[in-house]
Amino acid sequence: MNLDKFLSEQRNTIIKKWFNCVVESYAPETSRLLQKESNQFANPVGHAILHGIQAVYDEFLQSMDYEKLTPHLDRIIRIRAVQDFSPSQAISFIFSLKQIVRDELQNRIHQHQIPSSEIAAFESKVDQLALLAFNIYTQCRERLYEVRLNEFKMRTFRLLQRANLLAEIPEWEPQSTGINHQKT
Amino acid sequence: MATVPKPNELVIDHKPPQTGWMDTPVVFRPGTWCYGAKTKNLKALDLPNPREWSPGDEDWKLPENWKEIILEGIRERLEKYRSFKIFMDICVRCGACADKCHFWIGTGDPKNMPVLRAELLRSVYRNDFTTAGKLLGKMAGARELTMDVFKEWFYYFFQCTECRRCSLFCPYGIDTAEITLMARELLNLVGCNIDWIAGPAANCFNNGNHLGIQPHAFKDMIEFFVDEIEAVNGVRVEPTFNRKGAEVLFITPSGDVFADPGTYTLMGYLMLFHEIGLDYTWSTYASEGGNFGFFTSHEMMKRLNAKMYAEAKRLGVKWILGGECGHMWRVINQYMDTMNGPADFLEVPVSPITGTRFDNARATKMTHIVEFTADLIKHGKLKLDPSRNDHHRVTYHDSCNTARGMGLMEEPRYVLKNVCNNFFEMPAGTTREQTFCCGSGSGLNTDEFMEIRMRGGLPRANAVQYVHDKHDVNMMACICAIDRAVLTASMNYWVPGVGITGVHELVGNALVMEGETERTTDLRGEPLAGMEESEDEDL
Amino acid sequence: MGIKFSLLVVAALIAVVFLGVKVVGMYYVFGVIIPYLAILTFVGGFVYRIMNWARSPVPFVIPTTAGQQYSFPWIKQNKLDNPSTTAGVIGRMALEVLLFRSLFRNSKVELRDGPKLTYQWEKWLWLAGLLFHWSFLIIFIRHLRFFTEPVPGFVHLADTLDGILQVGLPGIYLTDGLILATVTYLFIRRVVIPQMKYISLPADYFPLFLILALATSGILMRYFIRVDLLKVKELAMGLASFHPTVPEGIGVMFFIHFFLVCTLFAYFPFSKLMHLGGVFLSPTRNMPNDSRMVRHVNPWDYPVKVHTYEEYEDHFREKMIEAGLPVEKE
Repeated sequence: MNLDKFLSEQRNTIIKKWFNCVVESYAPETSRLLQKESNQFANPVGHAILHGIQAVYDEFLQSMDYEKLTPHLDRIIRIRAVQDFSPSQAISFIFSLKQIVRDELQNRIHQHQIPSSEIAAFESKVDQLALLAFNIYTQCRERLYEVRLNEFKMRTFRLLQRANLLAEIPEWEPQSTGINHQKT
Repeated sequence: MATVPKPNELVIDHKPPQTGWMDTPVVFRPGTWCYGAKTKNLKALDLPNPREWSPGDEDWKLPENWKEIILEGIRERLEKYRSFKIFMDICVRCGACADKCHFWIGTGDPKNMPVLRAELLRSVYRNDFTTAGKLLGKMAGARELTMDVFKEWFYYFFQCTECRRCSLFCPYGIDTAEITLMARELLNLVGCNIDWIAGPAANCFNNGNHLGIQPHAFKDMIEFFVDEIEAVNGVRVEPTFNRKGAEVLFITPSGDVFADPGTYTLMGYLMLFHEIGLDYTWSTYASEGGNFGFFTSHEMMKRLNAKMYAEAKRLGVKWILGGECGHMWRVINQYMDTMNGPADFLEVPVSPITGTRFDNARATKMTHIVEFTADLIKHGKLKLDPSRNDHHRVTYHDSCNTARGMGLMEEPRYVLKNVCNNFFEMPAGTTREQTFCCGSGSGLNTDEFMEIRMRGGLPRANAVQYVHDKHDVNMMACICAIDRAVLTASMNYWVPGVGITGVHELVGNALVMEGETERTTDLRGEPLAGMEESEDEDL
Repeated sequence: MGIKFSLLVVAALIAVVFLGVKVVGMYYVFGVIIPYLAILTFVGGFVYRIMNWARSPVPFVIPTTAGQQYSFPWIKQNKLDNPSTTAGVIGRMALEVLLFRSLFRNSKVELRDGPKLTYQWEKWLWLAGLLFHWSFLIIFIRHLRFFTEPVPGFVHLADTLDGILQVGLPGIYLTDGLILATVTYLFIRRVVIPQMKYISLPADYFPLFLILALATSGILMRYFIRVDLLKVKELAMGLASFHPTVPEGIGVMFFIHFFLVCTLFAYFPFSKLMHLGGVFLSPTRNMPNDSRMVRHVNPWDYPVKVHTYEEYEDHFREKMIEAGLPVEKE
């Protein structure tokens, strides 16, 4: 038995546990909504977490391609970055994948059937995922402050453009219209 | 150096202690509350207890008898508002509203369930105003008004955007917006407003608009846009100011004059009025359509709103035309005539171009610009080239107040479908009367509150994401100045690649004007579809 | 805590009447005095609450508009969800009160796998609520047969319709089953759904338990522990005609049932059950959206301090003149 095969076979169980693990980081009344409400629009948080986790897991098993992993991880972390979590809490769900897989291995088959080198490789992949999550979290927070700053500038941008109407002449070049209307 | 985290900040407690909501005080974490009202702003509005304070402080410097003041305030409001009395009494806590609030969906904080938000106030009501509460106390859902409870009010009633989505689903029509209005009035009795509301209200009161722009600057700004329009299509529009004898007085939120992207909407107004030859005037005195008094108290709402009729009377206009704004229109539709009417010195609005009599505004004598434009289009009075908006793939966000406090839903869609070729609705359940709030309404659109605003904006953003993915939507139209400002921020965070526009910006783009030169760019200076060579220059 | 407390109170009520009737033999107290007091409390309390609400004015027109407004002839108004006339309001209120329109609105759009949008009702609360309230009404009407002679036609009708599934003797009433089922559902959702449990107060559990006990005792009496219905009618008619008598030999089960009814009546005006009256007075539902067409007067309106144009011009006159803005006084 090799680990990759095991992880593919147990995909649904592991994803379910992982999802519950993320969701339980919220208050009980909240986690109930996140779990039960399947409507994408009435429950955007739960929806993003579930779909994000599924995609991350599948990508994780295949290639660990950062380019592909990023948007999926982003969906989850973008939300957690503005919720009541400290940075460590916001991304700690990545590490819980290790424990979940370890538990599953113990339950399903004897751990020693899997070469320890494979387990070590898996765990270091999780670590890489966590580092990626750390990058994304930081970007989200930076974006948040950018948004704040830009809004502040745009609020009176036109006025400042008329320069002599205000005592202080701004030194910065606002990027308002660029942000405001980005091309896809 | 970063602060050293406490152990419990590092470890996720999977089973948080289950304390009842009555015994769980609020933690004031930065990013989750707005700055307190400054002394000068409270003084400018003659509001009580002006002082320097911060909601993050332990001591809020309330007057000694604050509790008496608040309880007396509740009693007075119970006598004055049947809505308040009924809504305090008849909730059965059926939970239908619980998952309808954008803040609850985005934060997961149980006290953001509309029912619990109201219970924060109801519990005190029961304790001091009902027999059951006095006798049975906590068993009857009553609790004493303490400083913790009071702070909790501040936190959660300035975390409600008065969007009324919950009231739509309530079997008794209990309207949290109404309860929040009362709670904010009570908080204001002891000087606990937020500065982002008190500041604009003070400016509006003294200078005519939220930003405190002086008359000459206001005129100068609008003339600046005259130049901008000329640069786009060679037509020079000629607005007038404070002109007596004009037929129509036009009032729009000042955000349209100073803040992008509202400014482009303002250009749209100017172009439209010029093209149809409307005899209208701007006012520097009534230069604010928005009303941050609405977010303070009924009295403050009336004080700020009074300028509209006063100015219409002074200038001797026949009727008033109102620009694109959300809460401004709830005030006009549901409060203005009662507060500052009767407007018997005005005439029932009649479109001078089509002859249509706006019967639905026969008492207030104030018509919404989208109604006005829809009527123009219906009668074929505008030459429109919707292909000039072909670089936009547009969806429409109903503003809470025009949707649930007025019912203006078809008119903007009719206009949009006539001025652009690519229009896509967001999923049902997220638009029209069930529209999701931008997340920053009712005076909460301040930058220090960004985290909560982003959480509250998630349900709306999520629906936008859907049409963005499915139909490539890159522009969301709305008819609210606060929306234009804050959805820009929300989209920047949640759905980069979607811009925000007013409906009349798109009208301005599509409007074929007499004597105009060939347009290569839209009002933002961005190339029209098929003319992308000069891509780089934005402004 | 709320659950236990409420359960205890209901159990205590039953114990009181059991002891009172069976042990002490206070037939007159439980058969005459308490019922009269309960009805008096109910009527007095109900009227007081309504009057008290009605005493507070409605200063502003604040309907929640739930559909397209009245504007142009070529735009279809949603006359029931956003009424602009009295007839529309009556229609809206009728839908609200008789069919629970707002709860029914609890519909959601769901995205299944793939691009297909499907519509799904979150309909259970609406359905259970509606069935519960209608069952209660029909049961109430059915019971009028004890208090009237001759029994009016509509009471017979309710009775016949309700017993339409004629199974065995005595016939089974549909509403008996429905009310038990729906009250149980309403209770279970309060316990099972975490956010419901979080917001529920003893005042939410108590009426549920009371009604559950009430329905159970009624059903027991009808199908299992029979009481002498002729004597019950004699008692009821006595009460209704203000010549109260308590015939001997009515089973204790009747007194339990009767006392729980009295409790419900007496409790009613002081509880959330007053939503029965309140819903009619709710300003977000019972007002037309006509405030731009017809002026609404606020009875306590008072003048407020405003910043007049004169003050404004005095402040800015020079700047205005310089900018070429017209002024009143040069």
